[in-house]
Amino acid sequence: MKIPLTALLLLCACAAAQEPSAVAVRNARIVTVSGPVIDKGTVVLRRGLIEAVGANVAVPPDAMVVEGEGLIVYPGLIDGLSTWGMPGAAATTTAGRGGRGQTTPTPSAPAMPAATSTRARGPEDRPATTSWLKAADEISPTDRRIETARSAGFTTAVTFPTSGIFAGQGAVIDLLSGHKPGEMVVASPAGQYISLSRGGGFGGGMGGSFPGSVMGAIAYIRQIYLDAAHYQLVKEAYARDPRGMTRPEYDRALEGVLESKQILLPANRLVEIDRMLRFAAELKQRAILYGARESYRPEAADLLKKAAAPVLVSLHWPEAPRDANPEDVESLRTLETRDQAASAPALLKKAGVLFALYSDGLDQPHDLQRAVKKAIDAGLAREDALRALTLSPAEIYGVADRLGSIEKGKIANLVVTKGELFDDQTKVQFIFVDGRKYTPAAETPATGGRGPVTEGPGVNQ
Amino acid sequence: MTKLKICRRDRSLTVAARNRRQSRDPQGAVGALLLAASIAIAPLSAQTTVIRNATIMTVTKGTLKGSIVVKDGKIAEVGEKVMEPAGAKVIDAGGQYVIPGIIDCHSHIAVDGSVNEGSVSVSSMVDIKDVINPEDIAIFRALAGGVTTANILHGSANAIGGQTLVLKMRWGKDAQGLIFEGAMPGIKFALGENPKRAGNPQGGRGATVVAEARYPATRMGIEDTIRQAFNEAKAYKAEWDTYNAKVAGGEHLIPPRKDLKLEPLKEILEGKRYIHAHCYRADEILMLIRVADDYGFKIRTFQHVLEGYKVAKEIAAHGAGASTFSDWFNFKVEAIDAIPYNAAIMQKYGVVVSMNSDDAELMRHLNTEAGKAMRYGGVSETEALAMVTLNPAKQLGIDNRVGSIETGKDADLVIYDKYPLSDFAKVQKVLIDGNLYFDRDQDVTGRAARQAEKQKLLDKEKQNQQRQQPPRRPGA
Repeated sequence: MKIPLTALLLLCACAAAQEPSAVAVRNARIVTVSGPVIDKGTVVLRRGLIEAVGANVAVPPDAMVVEGEGLIVYPGLIDGLSTWGMPGAAATTTAGRGGRGQTTPTPSAPAMPAATSTRARGPEDRPATTSWLKAADEISPTDRRIETARSAGFTTAVTFPTSGIFAGQGAVIDLLSGHKPGEMVVASPAGQYISLSRGGGFGGGMGGSFPGSVMGAIAYIRQIYLDAAHYQLVKEAYARDPRGMTRPEYDRALEGVLESKQILLPANRLVEIDRMLRFAAELKQRAILYGARESYRPEAADLLKKAAAPVLVSLHWPEAPRDANPEDVESLRTLETRDQAASAPALLKKAGVLFALYSDGLDQPHDLQRAVKKAIDAGLAREDALRALTLSPAEIYGVADRLGSIEKGKIANLVVTKGELFDDQTKVQFIFVDGRKYTPAAETPATGGRGPVTEGPGVNQ
Repeated sequence: MTKLKICRRDRSLTVAARNRRQSRDPQGAVGALLLAASIAIAPLSAQTTVIRNATIMTVTKGTLKGSIVVKDGKIAEVGEKVMEPAGAKVIDAGGQYVIPGIIDCHSHIAVDGSVNEGSVSVSSMVDIKDVINPEDIAIFRALAGGVTTANILHGSANAIGGQTLVLKMRWGKDAQGLIFEGAMPGIKFALGENPKRAGNPQGGRGATVVAEARYPATRMGIEDTIRQAFNEAKAYKAEWDTYNAKVAGGEHLIPPRKDLKLEPLKEILEGKRYIHAHCYRADEILMLIRVADDYGFKIRTFQHVLEGYKVAKEIAAHGAGASTFSDWFNFKVEAIDAIPYNAAIMQKYGVVVSMNSDDAELMRHLNTEAGKAMRYGGVSETEALAMVTLNPAKQLGIDNRVGSIETGKDADLVIYDKYPLSDFAKVQKVLIDGNLYFDRDQDVTGRAARQAEKQKLLDKEKQNQQRQQPPRRPGA
């Protein structure tokens, strides 16, 4: 049986997902990422999975056929660090600087529970901590950015709560629309998001909460891990023999920390990359660094390589401040960073560092395309750019067995384009998420809401 | 000055000769030559430097005209005539002066983010070591002002502040590379207005946030805060001591919870950490001495200590050092009684006195701050110089390594073109561990190139901005 394509197009005009038993994209150029490019081939999707892929794959009789002549099929893009699908995240920013008492309070995420309502007097009050929070439990399927991002070719996001020092645990989610949050989750938890600023507060000085400085945040994190180790010890002893032993107090902050198998640490400058790699080693935690603005500096790549630490590079390339005082003289380093930041991915690739790119507040397809293109123009091979948005993030989060490439048995996340991905003129034709077909929405003007701009994780000024 | 130079010259010569004998004599004179020659061929020879024809102000061994041999980062020989190893790099300092690297006992440079964890009155859990910024340009500028070592302190917003550490100004090294190896860690205490006003909405200038006031808001409260903290620390120490004793006795126990706030205080009680206490008034200085006596610990230095001259005897009796400003006064109410004779008077009573900067700018000319002690109080040239070299080294417990030009000490040396305690003196070269970290000629000649590089980047950015079209919004 063969359903006429025109009829299908009519059915999906409203961009709602179709659920035929199987879909076959045929005669398309297939960029598998994990294997060689298939110049003309077929991908068959069934029950949300890739059933077959190859140059000589037969189209099953029950499959809806998508004619791929002149089109290119890629694995769906993965945002390696995102807030897509997180309620209220669009309004928050982690750009709070926690510096010399200059920060203004930023509105906290409305849907996220506040860690503490009263002023923290020290680590024991567990300030700015919602380590137990799981993104998988908080997904808001109605987040409008899901559709926008999908229209740019993103089918998956590793999304995190980002408010606070221990913000909570991420989840790998598929960017479906109109489905239950539970259906969107691919893997959870994906790691603990840590920042070095409270995302608010008053810099600590005038009546502010602990911690009010970067060194305060570091001391707090160190204390938390000491406490967690001690807590575990006591709990185990109590579990072995509770008789005659005072029952340990349940601490959800420590529970959340203990169940996080990896942590995300902010590091933009070379100095911070060095600092955070050392810190992760001290804490004996598997760490993923995010930000990585100065990873264009060869010393940074060396450090990352030596530590074998994966890194998430922000696509939010630094730009000259629009409202800067023209009298201000910027340092050579600042100018150099703006000039060279986008060459970081190319350098990291050359150094053999596992890295992924992440949206960092960009969600408009055009902005994302331009940002990736900038890295390509700065020397990153096109296939490496693609890998940094597909298989590499999947590897970093341990889901490369189900996501990140076009392989038999993996999740049916694809993006089908006319023209090469990341090119200015390229149009995304279809997006498949869990085998469900979407067409890109017309690009809407920016709503003004920007996700976490990691401009200053840990005071990067 | 000349008198000093003449009478001390011979002594340092003999010392140099003795050292030479001790280190090389087993093989005799020929052996020494052979050894020197073999070193010259080895790659280590690159680390051998001779500073020639300089006026050398050693601080501990007088002033002489002569040369310094630097080998493997250490001062190998100082004297009128020295054995110049073959292949050594020669710096001709004819007509110039060499002093030991300047040491600043109170600085806040090279710190990322706030230097204050101002949210709590006891912030001993935070550590400057965690936020060293080796790329802070203030390091280079301090270096250009002859500073080779600095004590980097937490701010003064807390009765008990954060942990501190000593850095060498090894510009270009990473954070770990700056740390003065083996120097005793410290902690900042602060008395008086700063800790009582910080976190106090009524007292803090520019406080617009309606928030709970932080205790304490008075000098009485500061004393109480410190006593409370040490009560806790003593109990904490006892808990650990008991645990350690039981474990040593073969028992298997769950260790007590490690508390990062109390750990450094425990170290203070164990004599493993220096206290650098910010203070101004005589009464608060006496208060802290009494608290220290009650709890059985020592104050290593009083910082700023502008009324120190009133209680110099007590400071000396406690065994504390004093690190003060030369002539700052009246910048706040508790600095009203400050006098420029403070340093000289405290010194006269036997206090080890240093001049500090507390400031990235002042840090660049601590040599003239030392000179002021000669003008106010009439200390000798050597004593004045010691206030920014040997004395801060003693206060930081690193005088076995730095602070004077002596055989065996680190080759942290500053070459000035003119008399170093004068306003007209400019730093020409700075060596740390025998390596050249600052060279004025190099810096001056490199300026044009750096400016050009910067202009190139600025032009490029401007061009890009002009070329860049406004982002297209299909569908909009």
